Amino acid sequence: MSAIAAPFALMAELTHRCPLQCPYCSNPLELLKAGAERDTAFWMAVIDEAAAMGVLQIHFSGGEPTLRGDLAALIAHATAKGLYANLITSAVLLDEARLRMLEAAGLAHVQISFQGAAAAKADRIGNFRGGHEKKISVARLVTALGMSLTVNAVVHRQNLAELPAMIDLAVALEADRLEVAHVQYHGWGLRNRAALMPTREQFAAADAIVAERRAALGARLAIDYVVPDYYAQAPKTCMGGWGQKTLNIAPDGRVLPCHAAETIPGLVFERAGETALAEIWYRGAAFNAFRGTAWMQEPCSSCALKAVDFGGCRCQALALAGDASATDPVCHLSPLHEEILEMAEGESRAGVEEFVYRRV
Amino acid sequence: MAVDAASVPALRRGIRRRFDETRQAHVLLGPERVIVLDEIAVAIVELVDGRRAIAEISGVLAAKFQSDQAMVEADVVGFVQALVDKGLAVS
Repeated sequence: MSAIAAPFALMAELTHRCPLQCPYCSNPLELLKAGAERDTAFWMAVIDEAAAMGVLQIHFSGGEPTLRGDLAALIAHATAKGLYANLITSAVLLDEARLRMLEAAGLAHVQISFQGAAAAKADRIGNFRGGHEKKISVARLVTALGMSLTVNAVVHRQNLAELPAMIDLAVALEADRLEVAHVQYHGWGLRNRAALMPTREQFAAADAIVAERRAALGARLAIDYVVPDYYAQAPKTCMGGWGQKTLNIAPDGRVLPCHAAETIPGLVFERAGETALAEIWYRGAAFNAFRGTAWMQEPCSSCALKAVDFGGCRCQALALAGDASATDPVCHLSPLHEEILEMAEGESRAGVEEFVYRRV
Repeated sequence: MAVDAASVPALRRGIRRRFDETRQAHVLLGPERVIVLDEIAVAIVELVDGRRAIAEISGVLAAKFQSDQAMVEADVVGFVQALVDKGLAVS
C-alpha cells in the first residue's frame, strides 16, 4: 500500500444527547447516555494529538454539542492549536450570550440544520416545538458576529416540496454555504427509510432545482449537494475514502473511520487516551480494514473507478448486501442494484408517513 | 460569477490561512474546505485584500517574479476563480 496521508479532519462527537428527535439522525440506534461521555481533559488531549498529527479542521458535533458546558473551552484550545473550529448544531439551545462566548473562543464556522422551510412541518420532523424560529434567529446572530454560516437542509420525501423555499431561506439568512443533504440511510435514517425515501420523480426534480439555483446564485452561495444515492448510478466516495481524510471520535472515546462504522461486525475500535491517535490512524486494524483498494471484491477490484469512489459506503454494503466488503449496492455494477432500486421505489410509494423518533 | 482583471477579490468571512507543519505548506481553511497552497498561491492570497483589483495583484506579482504580466494575470484569474467557485472568496 502507498504511504498513508495524514488526516485533515476530526469529527468530535461530544455527546449523543440532543433536544431534537429527527427520524433520520445519523447516530446509532443504541445511543450512549451522558454517563458514557468523556470529560474535558480527555477532549483537550485529543485536540493536542490531532493537531500534532496534521489535522486541520475539527467538527464539534453530536448529538447536540452545545449541551456540553465545556464547549467554549474546547473551541479555545482547538483554535490555539491552529485548528479550524466548526460547530455542527441544531442551534435550538444557543442564545446571543453563548454564541458570543463561542465566537470569542475562536469558533470560525457554524452549521445549522434545518428540517424544512415552514415552522409547523419542520418542528414536526425534529419533534421540537419552536425549533425552526429559534434556528432562524441564531443563524442571523452567527453572521452578525462575523462567523461563517452553513445552512444544512436535510431533505427527504416529506419535505422535498419545500426545497426551493429552503434555498430561499439560506439566501435570506446570507449563508456562506448551503448543504442540501438527502437523508443517508444509516442509524435512525435506515430505521425510518420507508417514511423518508423520496420518489424517483422527486429525486429528478430536486436535481434540476439544485442545478438551476446553483447557476442563478453563482458565488453568492456555495451549494454542496449530497445525493440520495439509492437512485444514483455510481456510489458516493464515502468519507472521501475509508481512513483517507477523516477520523471520528464517539462520545465514549472510541475512534472510528466514520460515525456508522460500529455497525460493521468484527471491527475493533481502539479508544483515544489508551492508544495514541496516530497509532490508531496509521496502524489500527479498523482503519486499515477498508483503506485503499486491496480489500475489494469483484466488480470493484477490476473497476477503473476503484480509487475514485473506493467501492462506495462500507456500512451501506453491510446494511444492503450483508457484506461490508461487497460493492455498495447503489452502484449500477452491483448485482443487487436493480433490486435495491425497486425496493427504494416501492418504499417511496408505500404510504408510510409516521416516524419512529430518535430516543435514548 | 466570472472573475476578470477588473475584479476586486476578497476572502469570505471565516476563511483562515496558516502554515501547516505536517504538510510543510500554507493552507486555506473554510467550511468543509481545505486548500493546500503552493508558493505562487500564497503570494496571490497575500494580496487578496478586498481593495486590490486582479490587474494590480498581477502587476505586483509580475514584478516580484520577473515574469510577463499577461501570463501572471491569467494564472491569478484562474486561481481566484477557483477560490470563488469553492466559496472561499468573493469578487
